[in-house]
Amino acid sequence: MTPEDIFTKVRDTLVDALGVDDDEVTLEARLEADLGAESIDFLDIVFRLEKNFSIKIPRGELFPEDLASADAGFVKDGLVTAEGLATLRTKVPHIDVDTFAKNPKVENIKDMFTVQMLCNFVKNKLAA
Amino acid sequence: MRWFWIDRFTELQSGQYARAIKNVSLAEEHLHDHFPGFAVMPGSLMLEGMAQTGGILLGEKNNFEHIVVLAKVPNVTFHGFVVPGDTLTYTAKLINENPEGGSVEVTAHVGDRLIAEAEIIFSHLDQSGDFKHLDQKNFVFSIGGLLSVMEVGKAGS
Repeated sequence: MTPEDIFTKVRDTLVDALGVDDDEVTLEARLEADLGAESIDFLDIVFRLEKNFSIKIPRGELFPEDLASADAGFVKDGLVTAEGLATLRTKVPHIDVDTFAKNPKVENIKDMFTVQMLCNFVKNKLAA
Repeated sequence: MRWFWIDRFTELQSGQYARAIKNVSLAEEHLHDHFPGFAVMPGSLMLEGMAQTGGILLGEKNNFEHIVVLAKVPNVTFHGFVVPGDTLTYTAKLINENPEGGSVEVTAHVGDRLIAEAEIIFSHLDQSGDFKHLDQKNFVFSIGGLLSVMEVGKAGS
């Protein structure tokens, strides 16, 4: 499947899940800030990606979980620690951690959830 | 009023599908306001019945270990009116299911007539963020005794 094919299907997935217009879904668009996704939409997106690409997405594989929980040790003073960043690079390689690392506030992690990130994830998943 | 919008399960195939009925009666107070002189079952309450059918289907799959809450209705379409004397049949199919929640497709029929169809997503409240520390079982069942509607078959049979 070409990157264009993956993008087209991811776009259709988001149009269905979020009720957005297809021209709003660009690679750079952020799921929450630009496309209006809310927490429950992430589960919907996971279900639709699984169906549209015939893949299984285990919990926490697409969207990182528990990053901010106190006992994980990945966050200090509201910033993701070096250890946390290293974990992100390993566990969620589809996320643009380098950009995030420039200003690693916990709340900024959501800006890394972009259409491009979904495309990266699907590409890795299909190649696996 | 008790918030039961299904009367009885008629079929349940664990993890696959469930069918429940709702008998619509002119004794239901709200039908006299919805609408005066033209009693029709509100679509929102049909959707609730569809969600109860689908939510119990999902809950039963996990032995009611999760708190199942309606999270999102991506699609719902209504095709016709339902009036007192009608028996609605809700058929829910489990489409997706994982530790975080699940989704169902549900239809509502009166006889052979398709009345409504919906896609409904549920979340396991006890598995999500702020609510992780809840340790109660699904409150619908523990408080309401709704499980009795799952006794497939006729009372007294």
